[in-house]
Amino acid sequence: MPGKLKVKIVAGRHLPVMDRASDLTDAFVEVKFGNTTFKTDVFPKSLNPQWNSEWFKFEVDDEDLQDEPLQVTVLDHDTYSANDAIGKVYIDIDPLLCSEAASVISGWFPIYDTIHGIRGEINVLVKVELFNDLNRFRQSSCGVKFFCTTSIPRCYRAAMVHGFVEELVVNEDPEYQWIDRIRSPRASNEARQRLISLMSGELQRKIGLKVLEMGGNAVVGYLQCFDLEGESGLVVRAIGTACTLDKLSSGSAPNTNTHMHPNTAPASNACNSPSKDGKEPVFGEDLTSSSGPPTPFRALPTTSSSPPPFSPSKPCSRQSSSSDTDLSLTPKTGMGSGGSVGKEAGPLKTLLRQQTQTALEQREFPFFTLTSFPPGFLLHVGGVVSARSVKLLDRIHNPDEPETRDAWWEEIRQEIKSHAKALGCHGVVGYSESTSICEEVCILSASGTAAILNPRYMREGCLDIGITDHRFEEPSPPSCGFCHIPYDELNMPFPAQLTYCYHCRRQKVPDVLFTTINLPQEAAVTGKGCLIQARLCRLKKKAQGEVNATAISNLLPFMEYELHTQLMNKLKLRSMNALFGLHIQISVGENMLLGLASATGVYLTALPAPGGIQIAGKTPGDLSNEHHILTIQKRINDTIAKNKELYQINPPELTEEVVGSPIPEPRQRSRLFRSHSESSDELSELDLSHGKKDAFVLEIDDTDAVEDIHSLLTDAPTPTGFYSCNTEIMPGIYSWTSGVQMFTSVRVFRLSNANLTNQGLNKIFTDLCENLLKSFYFKLRSMIPCCLCQLNFAVAVPEEELIQVAVTAVAMTFDKDQAQEKPADKSTTKGGSETEEQLQFPMELCADASSANTQPSSKISVSSLEHCSPLPEGRSRSLRSNRSFRGSPVTVVKMTPLSFLPGTRIIKYLGIINMFFIRETTSLREEGGVSGFLHTFIAEVFAMVRAHVAALGGNAVVSYSMKECMLMENPNKNQAQCLINVSGDAVICVRETDQEPNPSMANIGQTCASGTDGAT
Amino acid sequence: MAVELDVFVGNTTIMDEEVYQLWLDGYTVNDAVKVRMEGGVMEECEASADVLLSDTMDQYRTFQMCERLLHSPSKLANQLLFQIPPNRQAMLIERYYAFDDAFVREVLGKKLSKGTKKDLDDIGAKTGVTLKSCRRQFDNFKRVFKVVEELKGPLVENIPPIMRLLLISGIMLPLFFFANHRFETGKRKLQYLTFQDFAFCAGQLISNWTVGAVDNMVEDMDVDLDKEFLQELKELKVLITDKDLLDQHKSLVCTALRGKTKAFNEMEANFKNLSRGLVNIAAKLTNTKDVRDFFIDLVEKFIEPCRSDRWTAADMRLYLTHYNNSAHILDTFKHQAVWDRYMVVIKSCIFKMYHD
Repeated sequence: MPGKLKVKIVAGRHLPVMDRASDLTDAFVEVKFGNTTFKTDVFPKSLNPQWNSEWFKFEVDDEDLQDEPLQVTVLDHDTYSANDAIGKVYIDIDPLLCSEAASVISGWFPIYDTIHGIRGEINVLVKVELFNDLNRFRQSSCGVKFFCTTSIPRCYRAAMVHGFVEELVVNEDPEYQWIDRIRSPRASNEARQRLISLMSGELQRKIGLKVLEMGGNAVVGYLQCFDLEGESGLVVRAIGTACTLDKLSSGSAPNTNTHMHPNTAPASNACNSPSKDGKEPVFGEDLTSSSGPPTPFRALPTTSSSPPPFSPSKPCSRQSSSSDTDLSLTPKTGMGSGGSVGKEAGPLKTLLRQQTQTALEQREFPFFTLTSFPPGFLLHVGGVVSARSVKLLDRIHNPDEPETRDAWWEEIRQEIKSHAKALGCHGVVGYSESTSICEEVCILSASGTAAILNPRYMREGCLDIGITDHRFEEPSPPSCGFCHIPYDELNMPFPAQLTYCYHCRRQKVPDVLFTTINLPQEAAVTGKGCLIQARLCRLKKKAQGEVNATAISNLLPFMEYELHTQLMNKLKLRSMNALFGLHIQISVGENMLLGLASATGVYLTALPAPGGIQIAGKTPGDLSNEHHILTIQKRINDTIAKNKELYQINPPELTEEVVGSPIPEPRQRSRLFRSHSESSDELSELDLSHGKKDAFVLEIDDTDAVEDIHSLLTDAPTPTGFYSCNTEIMPGIYSWTSGVQMFTSVRVFRLSNANLTNQGLNKIFTDLCENLLKSFYFKLRSMIPCCLCQLNFAVAVPEEELIQVAVTAVAMTFDKDQAQEKPADKSTTKGGSETEEQLQFPMELCADASSANTQPSSKISVSSLEHCSPLPEGRSRSLRSNRSFRGSPVTVVKMTPLSFLPGTRIIKYLGIINMFFIRETTSLREEGGVSGFLHTFIAEVFAMVRAHVAALGGNAVVSYSMKECMLMENPNKNQAQCLINVSGDAVICVRETDQEPNPSMANIGQTCASGTDGAT
Repeated sequence: MAVELDVFVGNTTIMDEEVYQLWLDGYTVNDAVKVRMEGGVMEECEASADVLLSDTMDQYRTFQMCERLLHSPSKLANQLLFQIPPNRQAMLIERYYAFDDAFVREVLGKKLSKGTKKDLDDIGAKTGVTLKSCRRQFDNFKRVFKVVEELKGPLVENIPPIMRLLLISGIMLPLFFFANHRFETGKRKLQYLTFQDFAFCAGQLISNWTVGAVDNMVEDMDVDLDKEFLQELKELKVLITDKDLLDQHKSLVCTALRGKTKAFNEMEANFKNLSRGLVNIAAKLTNTKDVRDFFIDLVEKFIEPCRSDRWTAADMRLYLTHYNNSAHILDTFKHQAVWDRYMVVIKSCIFKMYHD
């Protein structure tokens, strides 16, 4: 009996009227945990009942504590008929099981009903007493900390990074059980909510066990997803990175040193050579590698439909295509990354490799869900690796052994691993997995960034500061080291053009780099970054089963190819050379596939300047056509010039003799390694029509191509004062102020025209995304200068003729004058600003609610007094003085998809927030149509998240994300249903200016602890 | 092809004051978009009409969702659904409970019943205020009135803080005061008076003639007139019933005024009439019915005669000042305190109500 859960029901407020006759409610509360239920007394005839109940005590296993949610149901007592439920509150008590997280849950929770939404609030107090459990074979994993944050959480230090953990749990979906035919929608929704809550508890516990087995104490970058597979069941799966975290005594950033290992390899590195075709000419067009990342065209024959071994009854077609880098037509555009090939350091690289290898190869999957890393963790980045597979869903017969789903993912992960290997990398970072389901077809996707990691973090005992390996000198500075190619120059996995690093001049870099991670803090960047999106629609014939799956499989590589071409073109159009945070989503609908690739483009100083874009016509004789091409060419050149100015891309020119010298001499311009690749801000230089070889050539041979180019140019530039990116922070902006506005926006577009072309669809889809962005800029115009960060687009095809786009992002203000300069102490205050804050960030509104309220309102009353108040001064003053707002105040809870809040310091992580809600209505029109319905629901979800965080004693949610937003509507029946899943980390943060970081560690530890006590 | 669903929800609820005002004023979404376009928001942020429409719809929806909370303003502060900074909350409430002068002028003194609600259409047509806005203002009026009526004891302590804000905002109190005493304001002769005029007068009455006015220690917002005082007002009748006193008063005033105004002759000729008028008003105030006619009486008995004699506002000021002060010099007149308490209100009301 290793735990005692204690619950007290204090009071309710704003309850709905349940008795029409008296306009009041006779409310009581049922508290349920596992199979035990307690009830409070009925508090008669009140909308603000004060139950003040005794402590209800549940004695339970810690296994149950982890799995089960606490269920609080508010009911209206009825003497003659059945009691009516008002609503429920599910409280996840997991945060209480970890000594370092919250110690008590206490606060007002919205009472939620799946049909009526929020109906009043209830004040609940929850405590847990845990007894020590010495059983070595226990099933629980209490004490393992979970973080959604995809970096080492602030105020912790990674003592060791153990690696990938994954788990999935399968069950039948209550919505599809036979009993659903006879029970009410409410009962069905609640059964589903409860089941998912249980399943995610179980999943978390199981992952926790794996972490304990590995010797870790935390999961970072925890990503949990639901697959609602309909008839065939409900899958809850999660991945994460197991770590051993040490709490820092100070609240400052992890104090890891930045020693780097050299990375050089001999040409004969068997295990890393991508394939046996290594002898092929590197720049040859006919590179065919079996394990390396092939172009999709070649991927087709090699990896097409082979039925997976685990579902022999229903053969599934399978398609995987690697989406890494070399997908453009011209051979010049490899987008891998550079590797260091210093001759003298050759053998050392092997040594290092082998070391790392042994550390990593003990693991099945050397994957990391992290996207930001401690300095020095990431040595080299190879490029994006991704794999997709189309599966036919099949009823899960035995939920206890979800082998099929496990096997599917296993297969995909193996593929990712092999792709990474082909890129000469032993690890994959920024790894994520996703699915898209339509009827019985499911696309499984995984992607990440192949990389070479510092083994220091993987080995026990090597991390302590000062014990770093000093055997190797540091060949690559941190600001460019990660760009250097990890693979062997002579055995390149794909055609790419290598040059010496423009930053250190010592090692080779590719001309373009694509990654799924955040821009490393220490990276050298020129100018600012921007959001780059590639959007694509492809029509598909309606089909069933296997035929359908094959059709989708066949379409996928084309889509990936086109998305990459688009990305590449747009990148060049912005005169940038690298993409970070690349996320490619492909959604399947009944009659179309949607592809959306988002990334943040940036100009890495270490990489060569991109060439321009050159338009070429197929028929040179046609004069009018030629003229047309010239106009387009001019427009493109103008756009590039404009973009350079907009994003302040003025790369320093390089001088002839400066091999190894970082000092640029701007006046003297001469080309060094690749005369043709240099581009400058002068327009004449951009005139690519006279034979500049490096220019990216686009051929216009049909109307499609014209359309493509037009779509290239139609991306509206962001309005002045705005920047946008889909990474954590905007490259090039370092002086954030404290203005933060997180938002979620959803749009659904109905295609009325049945016979649309691909082109038409593309345009609609592009416009939809562009208009959404425009709307954001308009809505947030009061925050200028500001930047939209972590713009996360999620597309879906909920019905045959609907396209749904859901966006969650945060707008953050920054100081325009300081935007250019990187703060000196960049390692500790990433994105933080020392500037005085203009906006307030009160820990709690209530503390000074009256004073805060009085100020603005008294101003108002004074002004109105001047106009028309009939009251003499004395009297009105007496009125004003004792005016204050009553009632318990509401804690302000900030939310952000980022791992930090600018201008603040996180002093405590209170636990993970992982909530799943269903909302249904049978009076859609009355609630303002689908928009009204969803608007209310999203607001309710926010409110519930905030309430839970506040009850844990927190004042912010970081790494917030909306994993799922599934809307089903039937306007004819006046019905709609929506499912939303959100997650994040509840934290306490304080203003940076409140507690000046003190050099003395011990001192800070104390202040930190006291601050924490005060807040909880 | 159409956007079927379009929502934007911020963690901190985004509300544009301009759009809020348009919503309060009862503009439809399309009209609001037009107004905003003319206002030049589009140029400000390179937005298109679509963007503006989407934003306006979104905001309207937010306001509609908020409206329920605005009906009981104390809830707004501790509700959880919308995270709104306190100063924005104050703005929302203040604007929501704001009244159009034109509208209030029409409702002033009317009985608050359902019957009046039917008249909202007429009021709307007359004042140019949209029906939606009329309805909101009327409902607000009733809502506040109900809260105030149900309260027992001193208003200040019991009134919800939000209501208190409204009461001192200068509109609710006069409205409440007028409704409470059912002052006649709708007669044709009173049509020229604006709500501001009445609000000012109400303020004067409240601060001088109510119970709370005498004793500042009583934190009482009770707006009933001081019964004792009204009773004492009857004593003033001596000023017109006692022939000597009346003559003496007249000569004192005339001496003081002589040569100072062009209207001297008219003043001298009308003195007795005017004085009788004012004193009679005072003497009758014990009757609720006559309290109701207070304003119409002031106009008929004093303002109209003066206006027909073409007094200027300055003349009026001069006359009333001396009329008031001269009474103090009268030996036999013993009711100085009551006189002053009466005249201070009469003077300021007439000044306000006398439009040139």
